[in-house]
Amino acid sequence: MIKGILGKKLGMSQIFNEQGEMIPVTLIQAGPCFVMQKKLKDRDGYEAIQLGFDPKKQQRVNSPLKGHQDKAGKGYFYNLREMKCDDLESLEVGQEIKVSDIFEKGEIIKVSGISKGKGFAGVTKRHNFGGLPGSHGSKIHRATGSIGCSADPSRVVRGKRMPGHMGNRKVTVKGLEVVEVKAEENLIAVKGAVPGAKGQVIVLKKQEV
Amino acid sequence: MNVLDQFEKAQMKQDLPEIRIGDKVRVSLKIVEGARQRSQIFEGVVIARHRGNNRESITVRKQSYAVGVERVFPLHAPNVETIEVVSHAKVRRAKLYYLRERRGKAARLKEIRF
Repeated sequence: MIKGILGKKLGMSQIFNEQGEMIPVTLIQAGPCFVMQKKLKDRDGYEAIQLGFDPKKQQRVNSPLKGHQDKAGKGYFYNLREMKCDDLESLEVGQEIKVSDIFEKGEIIKVSGISKGKGFAGVTKRHNFGGLPGSHGSKIHRATGSIGCSADPSRVVRGKRMPGHMGNRKVTVKGLEVVEVKAEENLIAVKGAVPGAKGQVIVLKKQEV
Repeated sequence: MNVLDQFEKAQMKQDLPEIRIGDKVRVSLKIVEGARQRSQIFEGVVIARHRGNNRESITVRKQSYAVGVERVFPLHAPNVETIEVVSHAKVRRAKLYYLRERRGKAARLKEIRF
């Protein structure tokens, strides 16, 4: 069975469970995805399934990608991504993959996406530094402070946490519970937040034990 | 209507009364104590309403033994059994937070008949 699916973050909401408790959920448009290509051990050196997600108009596809996607015959897609798979034989090129085939309610999954970009951020925001005194004559508040020793060792230790670009990188959140799967609409609701802004393409995977 | 909206609207209760700010309401709340189940009534004035499909909630304020008590009820929660509007009042604001600073006679609202 294929180990995951592609989706698009729609936004957050809440639902009530059987006990009447309020559960915060992120709604994800997961699939439908199509099998575009099989990566084979003897040809490619590894086994995987290439999935296509989010249909694209033909005039927007360049010719190398067009030739590649024509082999599956399911139209063209914005996102092509490889996914691990247990048994390659069970899937055909061009086959549709639905979220309800992979995930069920109550399952624990992991979700990856590109986090929201925060720009060039200081250490207080980026690394949760405590900051410097706010008053009592202190003239610096959110600065980095000392970054190390003096003449010995005469350098800053490698990996020292400093200001810099924050966000806009791949983030994986593990241990999210599937709260609801809607088969017809290809929707999945997971408990809690997932990385990225609304409309962000995300990858939902089974959590390997 | 976008998908998120549809998802939320599908979970909304259809039988809610029309609740306005300043209304006196009687909310019946289902409480589960182990295996037993009972209903608790909370009666007070609606001082705020937070809109948003199935996330909608109201804040109800009452005086209990001279102590102000406020409770937020998610309108579409299954443990909120019924909401009954007892009376309407004439109000000029969407949020009646000023009632928190008033005591006794000053905290009254002018009732309107309907």
